[in-house]
Order: sequence, then structure tokens, then C-alpha cells
Amino acid sequence: MAERSFAKEVQKLKMGEGETFRGEGILAITKALLENGVGYVGGYQGAPISHLMDVLADAQDILSELGVHFEASASEATATAMLAASVHYPIRGAVTFKSTVGLNVASDALANLSSGGVTGGALIIVGEDYGEGSSIMQERSHSFATKSQVWLLDPRPNLPSIVKAVENGFELSEASNTPVMLQVRIRCCHVHGQFEAKANKRPQMNVADALDNPRRDLNRIVLPPASFLHEQEKITKRMPAAVDYIRENELNELFGPSDAKIGIVLQGGMYNGVIRALQRLGLADIHGETQVPLYVLNVTYPLIDNEITDFCADKDAVLVVEEGQPNYIEEAIGAMLYKAGATTRLTGKGPLPEAGEYTGQIMLDGLRAFIRDHEPGLLSDRDRAPNVPQADISGDLAATVPARPPGFCTGCPERPIFAATKLVENELGEHHIASDIGCHLFSIMPPFGLGATTMGYGLGPASASAFNTPDASRRSISFVGDGGFWHNGLTSSIGNAVFNQNDGVIVIVDNYYSAATGGQDILSSRADNRSKSTKHPIADAVKGIGVNWVRQIDWTYDVGKMADTLKEALTTKQDGPKVIVASSECMLNRQRRERPLVKAKIDEGGRVVKPRFGVDEDVCTGDHACIRLSGCPSLSVKKLDDPLRDDPVAHIDQSCVGCGNCGEVADAAVLCPSFYRADTVFNPGRFERFSDRLRRRVTGWMQSRREARILTFQEQ
Amino acid sequence: MGVAELTADKGHGTDTTGDIIKLAMLAVGGQGGGVLTDWIIGVAEANGYRAQSTSVAGVAQRTGATIYYVEMTPDTGREPVFSLTPSSGDVDIMIAAELMEAGRAIIRGFVTPDRTTLIMSSHRILAVSEKTVPGDGRRDAGKVIERAATAAKRVVAFDMESEAVAAGTVISASLFGALAGSGALPFPRQSYEDIVRESGRGVDASLRAFSACFERAAAGERVGVGDEAPSGAARKTLRVDGPPALLEIWNALTARTEQMPERIHEMALAGLRKVVDYQDVAYGETYLERLEQAIEVDTENNNWRFSIEAAKYIANAMVYDDIIRVADLKLRTARSVRVRDEVAADPEAVLHVTEYFHPRAQEVCGTLPSGLGRWIENSPRLFALLDRMVNRGRRIRTDTMFGYFSLWVLGALRPVRRKLRRHAVEDAHVKSWLELAISTRARDYELGIEVLVSRRLIKGYSDTHMRGYSKYDMVLSALDRLEGRPDGAEQLRLLRDAALSEEGTGALETQLARLDKMD
Repeated sequence: MAERSFAKEVQKLKMGEGETFRGEGILAITKALLENGVGYVGGYQGAPISHLMDVLADAQDILSELGVHFEASASEATATAMLAASVHYPIRGAVTFKSTVGLNVASDALANLSSGGVTGGALIIVGEDYGEGSSIMQERSHSFATKSQVWLLDPRPNLPSIVKAVENGFELSEASNTPVMLQVRIRCCHVHGQFEAKANKRPQMNVADALDNPRRDLNRIVLPPASFLHEQEKITKRMPAAVDYIRENELNELFGPSDAKIGIVLQGGMYNGVIRALQRLGLADIHGETQVPLYVLNVTYPLIDNEITDFCADKDAVLVVEEGQPNYIEEAIGAMLYKAGATTRLTGKGPLPEAGEYTGQIMLDGLRAFIRDHEPGLLSDRDRAPNVPQADISGDLAATVPARPPGFCTGCPERPIFAATKLVENELGEHHIASDIGCHLFSIMPPFGLGATTMGYGLGPASASAFNTPDASRRSISFVGDGGFWHNGLTSSIGNAVFNQNDGVIVIVDNYYSAATGGQDILSSRADNRSKSTKHPIADAVKGIGVNWVRQIDWTYDVGKMADTLKEALTTKQDGPKVIVASSECMLNRQRRERPLVKAKIDEGGRVVKPRFGVDEDVCTGDHACIRLSGCPSLSVKKLDDPLRDDPVAHIDQSCVGCGNCGEVADAAVLCPSFYRADTVFNPGRFERFSDRLRRRVTGWMQSRREARILTFQEQ
Repeated sequence: MGVAELTADKGHGTDTTGDIIKLAMLAVGGQGGGVLTDWIIGVAEANGYRAQSTSVAGVAQRTGATIYYVEMTPDTGREPVFSLTPSSGDVDIMIAAELMEAGRAIIRGFVTPDRTTLIMSSHRILAVSEKTVPGDGRRDAGKVIERAATAAKRVVAFDMESEAVAAGTVISASLFGALAGSGALPFPRQSYEDIVRESGRGVDASLRAFSACFERAAAGERVGVGDEAPSGAARKTLRVDGPPALLEIWNALTARTEQMPERIHEMALAGLRKVVDYQDVAYGETYLERLEQAIEVDTENNNWRFSIEAAKYIANAMVYDDIIRVADLKLRTARSVRVRDEVAADPEAVLHVTEYFHPRAQEVCGTLPSGLGRWIENSPRLFALLDRMVNRGRRIRTDTMFGYFSLWVLGALRPVRRKLRRHAVEDAHVKSWLELAISTRARDYELGIEVLVSRRLIKGYSDTHMRGYSKYDMVLSALDRLEGRPDGAEQLRLLRDAALSEEGTGALETQLARLDKMD
């Protein structure tokens, strides 16, 4: 079950004709899929489209009522391959994943799918994880579209536009027998807005109909000679059909006056940013009525040549607002204008920066520079010749404010794994450590500072495969999460290590969920899932693929055991990969699952033991060695009101969930006896209460006798 | 292709977004920023506004810095075009859910004196980099508070986290209350409270925090520089209990501190209390004798600074951390009260308390009679054997008779502590350190002080403690070279700061090498 429940929101998916839908962008896309008679949906979770998968999972009942098949795909490649259902059958299908990482994985299937083409509308919704908040390498999905010749929609980031893009996408796909990619950016996915709903539509053909009436068409299969035919068909039939559809249905939009000396061509996703910059320059009003003509590319591939040349025809200069690099669109437009013999000055990267997100300030500066160069009369005096820039209000604050990179949550079961790794390194020296994608990648941050590379999802151990030689005295250590393991780690990493007799140590971090993406279930999840098959142990899969040295650790918080096992793996004489499966439930999900249960049990009068950790402030000396092996948000420092103390002491706040890492680390690393664990017993039994009272009376008497014979101090 | 009509109604160069209220929020992942934005959207829509919110979810939600953004404008029936990102210099209301995040907002230009109402919680969530330093790595909160005062048009700042905790909820409710109370949005209080009620979960607690923060924000409350630290003015009075005979000696000892120059009183009394609490009145007397040694060579000309540092560090040095001390502290009545307080358990609740010990041969030897302890320490085989026997983690349940009694027995060793091995080692170290400080002081007053303060490096237990000793030795190894130099004290302080800045000795070695070059 996912971290966030959409049980309430999915009710909105049932809305009928004319009702006003209010909610997040992602939910709006889901609703649009149902309004357009989608027959099956798949995908792989990952920000910014994780919630789309969560919404669909929570909407299981609504989907089956409509006869829509939903699948949580094993990977983006699986999801894209699933669209094969639309090759021969007129079924509309949609898949979703984050990009560009998702498209990297999916590109094999994507190329095959686009070669043969589709009959039913096939939509790939990609969450473009670019700019602030992104967790991946900064690249563009655009080139995947041009490479495989699938069409790329980049709608304006408001709910009516993205809902319309879903409808247009399916139609465009069917009109041109080509899969269509719908690109939505991070903020667009999470934008709250409204649109007018339509009634949901059952698919005109569903997967059951197709299974019962199988079809095949040799010309749609990617194998010579059909593959050569496909290439010709893309150019002679599908592209022209797409261009016709886009033009006839006015997918791209024009705003502003028809006669002006300058104009702006922009990706749909940039629209709000461009309008805001124009609003601030006084060149557009609050509703987006602009004095500078805009040509908005809701379709960024293919470009419609004559729309562009028409737009540029009577203008002196045109700015292309295209986020990211390389600037494919600007270059394409440049070539178009050159071939058409146009004299319009084309600019884009120049006034706007070559690389990086187009934030508000960058957009404002870029547009102002463009207009100042080509139509200064539009600008106010201030914008034409700005005063000296204001002194930076923040002064030297940057030196004071600390960076706050993401890290392990309070009580995270992965923290003790890395605490143990650090302890082992203290003893055996530093090792080459290969990291993977997932929460465990936070190990590279302070306080652990473990991990040298990350090469892709499930590829941690694969990225250590070169480090396999009998000449070295140390082994490599690589990490992979349970998500990455099932995504493709089992074959690409573990299978590869077995086959090539890799001697390294592989730690599989199993937290029962695809945790970093929001806690979705995967094969090895321990939860019951009514629509998915779970509880497939990772250790069994690892043994099955041929690993002989496998250790299963079922309580990662046992730092000593974790460290001993890691040490054994690094020093054992046995050949071949050494695999440690380190399993404990993601604390975020565990708390979400257990908290209501615990509360209910306490309310019912049941006996519940609630653990919490604390630090004895008079025992702690303020060295913070414990924090250097933890970094837990609930373990902080506080300054005591004691003139004799220089340094703040460790302190555990009320957010502690009692995971035990502090105590285990203090023990395993032989730190100090400041930590204590205090378990509060709710609703103790009668005997328990009696014996507790008795014992406290005895110890209280002993203690008061001791304290009566010495001086005691108390502040009042 | 549809061409929209142009209806430009404003002159060139005037920002046309004046009717849009722009609100940004910076928070630390896990603070509930999503809930707060939903509430803000709710209250705007309930008051006839069109509103849009965006956020950047993703991994930053895992304890990193996160940002949320809301725009709203009165609904005129026509669709407004909102921005999806905040721009520097273009934010009307900035909510910072933590003090340093307010600083980050200022750095990013989201707080400007012409328009921004800054609503910030003045509490701290320390960043990992602030917590891992072996010394005090906390950043200066005062700088942010000071800067906020000039960077924003208006500041509402107080500890909204503690209001949330007091009400039994999370900070989003406090921030919502402060936002409402600030009056920065033109909506009535009732409409905010309705939204909280509609959310349906933990409503009462949320409303309590909302209300408390509403009042404080409406009253225009804001912290000033220095308010965040507990002030010395509120120092409590000390109550001493015990047998009359001991109290009499105690009074005599405190009378001796009052004989000392007035500037030293406070620190001397704190030090005296610490050593007596640690051992006994006789130990307190030893403390005063040592302190008087230091005072003897000090003068008023230097404001008694050498003596004040001596009062502090002699006490800290004499109160070394050993098993007896830990066992003693863990059983004290005051401690069990504090534990119950920390975990919010009432005095009658059944509480299981587990202590984490990991004794090694070193600690055992230190607790043996001095000669025996030294003998074992000097015999590697015996020492290793002993270590094998004792060196393992021990979880002791002090809420059980057995666990309590184990520690009680250890604590009972307190009266004989001065005959044990550890005391012999520590006492010798204290003496030589103090002599060194006094003799250095005779030649260079400031350098003498620095020698005293270097004692700060020695702290912690087991490995940490050993590391402290070796850092102390490394720092003082430079003493000979520094004597006679005008910047000697400054250089010794730099060495100490380097030693305290990280766990290893890299920075310290760099600083020492720099010193070599200067020679």
C-alpha cells in the first residue's frame, strides 16, 4: 500500500458530465483517461508521477467497473511493452513513468512499438523530472521522441489543457498510427486547479474482447522486410497524418496581436512562466491577454512548418523559449526559416540561458533582454535601462544557513545498515562502494559519506563488476534496493555477478516497499495485497539465480549483527558473489500502518508497549559521535543551561519512534552509556502493576537511603 | 488557429499582477507542508478566490528542504494565468516552517522589504552538518532573525513548533493560525477554522494550535536577536539537602567561594557543586584548593579571566566520567523523574528502562584498586583475557530488581573512588595540566588561559575519550613553540578549534603544519 492514500480523491473520478473537478494535475490526467475510453493502464512509479500510479491503484474498483485493466508494471520497459496491446487491436492504452530515466529503460520497447505502429491510441505519460525538486540527471525526453518518431505533447500547465491533451493524444495516435508521449513537468503534476468533467466512457474494445478474438498482421511486426517498410511508412504516411491532425485541430495555439514586430515561440509547458514574465513587464494582463504574439507549441514534435513560417513571416525577431538542452526546437526552426529564405532574427539560447530550469527571474530577465534588443518601445523606462541592481538583501546569510539535503527519515531501517558499514570500514579500511537508486542512496550524504557512483536503477552491483580481480586484497561493496532488485537488478546485477564469478559483496536493502517513490508494493513486500501477488522472498530469488553465499538479516537495527555479517562477507574465503539481504520495514510506512492499530488497541484497553529513546544529559559529554553514526532527525543537540558546559549535548525529541538504532550504535561502536530506552506500558495487567509498584517501593527505599546520606542538589 | 483578441488595459511597464496574492512556503520534508497548502487553497476558494498551488514533491520530502507555492486572486469568472514558481522579489507572503528555512527564503530573494510578510517559526531543526561537529556546530540563529527584520516588510516570528507540540498536533496548524492572525490574507478567522474542521482529522488539537498562534500573530509578536536562547536572568536558586554535618561543611565551602573575587563566584559555586555532587565534600575542598592556587597567581587587572576559566575546567577535569558516576546518575531520583517527563509518562505508569552499557577491560581496570589495576594494564596477556571476559554490550533493565541492584552496587563504590586506578591516572593528569597552565600563565597570561581551555578537548568515553586525550596532546605539543610569540594564545585557540571541528585530526594537522611553516 502506498504512503499516501487517495481513497477519498478517487471518488472524484466518478464525476459525470458538466461537474467541476477540483484537484491535482495528476488526478485530472487519470480522470481524462477514463473520459476517453482507455482500455488498459500501466506504469512504473517515480516522482513526479508516483501519485498517478497510487491514484490508479486506489481506483481499482472504479477501473474494473469500467472494464479497464490496470497493472503496476515491473519496469518502464514492461509498461511500454504493454502498449503492444494497441498494435493490432483498437484498444486505447496508456502507461506512465518518470523521465528521462523511465524512457532510458523503456527505449527498447518504445523503438519496437513505434516501428510497427499502433491501431488503438497509445499514450505514454512522462513526468519530466527536470529542475528544482528533481532527483535525476538533467536531460530531456525530447530526443526520445525524435529518435523513435513518436509524437510529443507538452500542454500548457493547467488542468483544462492537460485534460484536453489526453483526448488529443489518443486521437492523434489513432489518426497517425503512432504512439504519443504526453509530457508533464514536476509542478504541473502537482498543480491544483479545476476543469469541467465529462462522463467516463467504457473502452470500445477491452482486453477480454481482444483475447477472445486474436488478430495478427505480419506487416506490423518488427522484422525485415517489414522493418524497412515501417521506416518509409513513418515518413510517407504517419508523419503527414500527424501534421494534418495537429493543424486541423489547432493543437498549437496563438495568443496576442496578429501584427507585431516580435513574437515568442514556446513549449506549452513554459506558457505560465512566459505569461508571468510578460505580466511583470506590463505586457500581459492577469488573464494572459498579451501584447506580444505567442505561438504555443502544445505539440513539440513534430513541428508544423508552415505554422511556424507564417508566425515568423511579418516579424523582425522571434524568441524561442525552450527549456533544457540541446535546443532541438530552436535549431529546427532555424533550419526551417533558412530554407524558407526568411529574414526574421531567431533567438532563444542567448537571452535565455543554455542550461538549467527557466525560473521566474530567469524568464523575466530573458524576455526583457529580448524585447529590449528588438522592440524597446514596449518596455517602460525602468525595464529599458534598469537602475543599478539592488544590493543583495541577504548579505552574508549564505554563510550562516546550512545546506539541507534529503536524508534518511526518523527510524529508517537503512540507517543501521550504513552505520554498520561505517564501523566495518573503521576496522577494515575504506572500500570501493557502488550505490544504486533509492532511499539508500542517501548514504552518500553526511553523516555517512558512503558510496562512489550511481549508475542506474538496479545497476549498483553491475557498476562494481569491473572490480573483480584476485590481485586485490579488498572486495568491492555494492548496494541495491529491493525496488531496483526487482526492476532489473536480479538479472543485470546478481545474475551477472554469478555468471562472471564476481567476488564482491552485494547488500540488498529490503524495506518491504518501493519506498523512495512513495511506498508502493513490490514482489517481496510482506503485506497482503488484494490485486497483486506479494511475499516472494528476495533471498529465494538470489539463491535461485545461483548465489551460494546468502545471508538474510531480518532486523537491520541489530547493528552488531549487521557489521559482523558484512565483515564475514568481506573476509570469507568463499568465491563468487556474497549477498546480504538486509530486511526491515520502511519506518514511514510502518508508522502509517501501525499507529492507528496501536491507538485503537490502547483505547480498547489492550496492553501496548511503546518504545522511545532518550539521552541522559548529565552523562552525555557532547562529542556527538553518536550523531556521526546516525543523522536521525529526532536525534539532535541542545544547549544546557550550565555555565560549565561548552558544547551542546545530544537530545532525542518527541518524534522518536524507538527504532533502537541509537542504542545499538552506542553499543556496537562502544560510544557511551548516555542512551536509554524507555518503554511505556499502556494498560498493564493487574499483576504487572502490582509487581511494578512493589519493586519501585523497594528501589525507592534503597535510593532514598543512599541519597539521605549525601548532599543532593536541586534547582528550583 | 484561433487568435485571441488583444485587450491591453494597462500601460507599458506596470506589473499587472497586483491583484494576485503570491504565497510561498519553505519547510523541511515531513513538516506537513502539503496539508497546509491544501488548507490555504480551501480558505481562498471558500472566500470566492481562484487559487492554484504547486509543490515539488519527490525525494526532498525525505527530511530535505521543500518548497510550496500558492497564488490566488478574486474570482471574476475569467480564468487567470498563475505562475507555477515563485520569483525573487515577487512574493507577498513567505511562510518559513523553520528558522534557517526563513534564512534560505531570504537568500533566494523571496523576502523583500517592499512587500513581503514573513511568517516564520523561530524554532530550529538542526541540519545534519550542525549536529555532527564534535564541538558546537550550531549556526547563528541571531543572524537570520537580524536579517529578517530588514529584509521583510513585516515579520511574524515566534516558536510555532512548541505551540503545535503543546496542542498535540503538527506545525502546519500553527502556521495556518499565524497566517490567519497576521491578517496578510483578507479572509475572516472563521473561514480558516471551518477549513480545519472540514479536514476531519485531529481537529481539536489543530484548532488549539491554530488559536494560540492566531492570537500571538495578531498581537504582532516577533522574537528579537537572542530571545531564542534561554536567558541567564531566569537562573534558578539552588536547594541543597543532606545530613546536617555535611550541610555545615558545604556552607563552609560556599563561604570560601564568597571570599574569592566577586567575578569568580558564579563559576566557582557551579564547579564546587559539580565536584561535591560527583564525589563528596572532601573532593570539593580539593577543588577549592586547586582553584585558590589559580586565583593566587591572577590579578584583577585581567578581570580574573584566568581564574574563571580555572574554576570551570578544574571542575570538569575532576569530574571525569567513569562507571561509578554513570551507575550513580542512572539511579538518581531526579533522573527517573526526568525520564518520565521526557517520554511523557505519568508518575504511576509502568515504564521499562533499558540502559546501554559496553564495558571493556580498560573500564574494569579503572575500577580496581590502583595497584591491581595498573598490574593488569601492564600485563598484555592478562589484559586481553580480561577484555575477552567483559567486552560486550550489556543491556541493563534498571526497572528490574537485578538491573537496579547491579548498578546500585557499582554506585556504592563512590566512597572508595579515590583509591581506584582510574582516579590515580586522572588526578595525575589534572595536576600536571594545572601546573602547566599556571607556569605558562606566569609568562603569558593569555596563553595560560588557552592551556586551561584546552581541557575542553577531553570528553566522552572509551575511544572518544582516548581521541580527546590525543587531540589534547597534539594541541599542547605546540606550546613550547608558541611561548613568547605575541599571537601565541590566538594560535593555540586556532589549534583547538580545528581539533573540535571534526572527528578526525585532519584539520588539526593542517593547522599544525601551518604553524611549522610560520616558524
